[in-house]
Amino acid sequence: MASPAATRPAPQDEPLVSIDGLSVDFATPRGTIHALRNIDLEVPRGKVLGLVGESGCGKSTLAYSLIGLLSENARIAGGAIRMDGHDLARLGPRAWRDLRGQRISMIFQDPMTALNPVTTIGRQMMDIQYRDPGTRAQKRARAIEFLEQVQLPDAASKLDVYPHQLSGGMRQRVCIAMALLTRPDLLIADEPTTALDATLEMQIVTLLRELQEKFGCSVLFVSHHLGTVAELCDEVAVMYAGEVVERGAVAEVFNAPRHPYTQALFDCDPARIRVATRHLPTIPGTLPDLRQPPRGCAFRARCGKAFARCEVEHPPLYPAAPGQDARCHLVDPAEDAS
Amino acid sequence: MSLLEVTDLRIRYVRQGRLKAALRREPRDFEAVCGVSFQLDPGQTLGLVGESGSGKSTIARTLIGLKKSSGGSIRFDGAEISDASARDWGRLRREMSMMWQDPVGSLSPRLTVKALVTEPLRINGMKASRAEAVRLLSLVGLPPEFANRYPHQLSGGQARRVGVARALALDPKLLIADEPTAGLDMSVQGEVLNLLAEVQARSGVAIVIITHNLNLVRHVTDQMAIMYLGRFVEQGPTEQIFAQPRHPYTKALLEANPEPDPEARQDYVPLSGEVPSPVNRPTGCDFHPRCVHARPDCAARVPDWTEEGARGHRCMYPL
Repeated sequence: MASPAATRPAPQDEPLVSIDGLSVDFATPRGTIHALRNIDLEVPRGKVLGLVGESGCGKSTLAYSLIGLLSENARIAGGAIRMDGHDLARLGPRAWRDLRGQRISMIFQDPMTALNPVTTIGRQMMDIQYRDPGTRAQKRARAIEFLEQVQLPDAASKLDVYPHQLSGGMRQRVCIAMALLTRPDLLIADEPTTALDATLEMQIVTLLRELQEKFGCSVLFVSHHLGTVAELCDEVAVMYAGEVVERGAVAEVFNAPRHPYTQALFDCDPARIRVATRHLPTIPGTLPDLRQPPRGCAFRARCGKAFARCEVEHPPLYPAAPGQDARCHLVDPAEDAS
Repeated sequence: MSLLEVTDLRIRYVRQGRLKAALRREPRDFEAVCGVSFQLDPGQTLGLVGESGSGKSTIARTLIGLKKSSGGSIRFDGAEISDASARDWGRLRREMSMMWQDPVGSLSPRLTVKALVTEPLRINGMKASRAEAVRLLSLVGLPPEFANRYPHQLSGGQARRVGVARALALDPKLLIADEPTAGLDMSVQGEVLNLLAEVQARSGVAIVIITHNLNLVRHVTDQMAIMYLGRFVEQGPTEQIFAQPRHPYTKALLEANPEPDPEARQDYVPLSGEVPSPVNRPTGCDFHPRCVHARPDCAARVPDWTEEGARGHRCMYPL
């Protein structure tokens, strides 16, 4: 069997990763939670894909399944994650070790817990180059080079400090440097700015944008913050209750959202409400129980536009506009005709 | 007369022991809040905005008597409270209450919702009946059956509502909300803010909201103050500040708030550097090392507070 790390030249327009019908279940004492159901999504080559949704929608589960870090009680119940002819959904632990940190790397939400508190930054950055044959001096030089890439002032001296000696923004820069050090094809960023202050958030988003353009890697940017997604991403997928309900180019989806959930989510964002108001819109109701996902549309119970068909028939992803799909019967061309 | 009048409030934190400070020839403590003044009328909402370490939560803790001030005055309902005794605080805390930042963490996991919302009544020797708990829950839109639940059975939004119910139990005159929407989903944030607005319309409670979320401040506050390194850099009616920020930091903060519109993608350069430590303040204006408009004398002297009608700022060369 060929090593999964082996690259094969691929045309630019072919997606880097294509997820086909991926389903993930979590076994819990209270029953099986169908956390992801039938996800179809492509991570385009050299672009930034945003994954948006509220807590419990499965965006982190999807991100973790792309890097093989799902928890013990998770089970991939179906579907495939294809990357360069390999199916990541069926990869064994050995094969994952060749990929993870090498071709797929990740930036986590909290940079303090992502870094080892008892070793220096330099030690950690040299350790992750264990696959390379180079000398210590070469690895050290490479670590400095990448700390400079993330615009850390006085990079060489930072190799000897411990994570607690750095500020939150600097720590996240170190994490980004470490994630990019191996020149991955796919960088997964799971809410990388949530733990940071507003002015730092924009610094990190701008930095990610610059580095993505420089390195040409694909980025999966998981966030609940619509503003940063609009700022950074080329494409976006909106998730609700374990499904992708809408996907498409950021400009299309943000300007003309077609799924009622996407519309409601955008309406709730106080940043989009220009006139000061004392009464902010909300989405009434709660998420459905994912132990028994509803038969019809998952959003039906909270949707103001639901009709009879939504209760009985689960909507597929209908093409809503060129390059934009929405999982809603209202977008079905047949519905227009009738 | 204002309900709350804070004048030149100063708060210090001890940093190291006397011996260590003497050996290192360093000061023992540092000023986390230096010279903050504001007023709040009944029925009004003030937003304190700033990044972490700006001193906004320190002000909240001092207002409610959990931290002693080192200078200045705090007048609440006409009386000076900065030197109030523990006995005075027993009475004062009936009139002001606090909503804590972590909605689930601030509720004891061993108490039921009924016990949690009526705890302030019990502490003050009032009757903590089930009917009272149900009344408080209905104020925040929770059904009576929630009275028997434990905090782990609540969602983030529900836990927030319980926090609001508990803060309202004694019908306070002042409510201090520390990051009331932190950790909540966007579709639920609105619920909590609408709830606070409703309560305020009904009871006339004055609210201080501490947050770093400018979108929220814009919609729910009448007045706002922007903090940087323990000082107000700008203060005034919320609408005016959003329309025309005068201090460069306010402007940077407003710009660092990306709009959810891909076409509005800005090419501006985000603020460089990070907030310095209050232990080693920059000379002159606190903000000058990061300010793109800084001039040589910004490093030389601390700018004075400049009043301009209803608003004010601390910048020598305002925008």
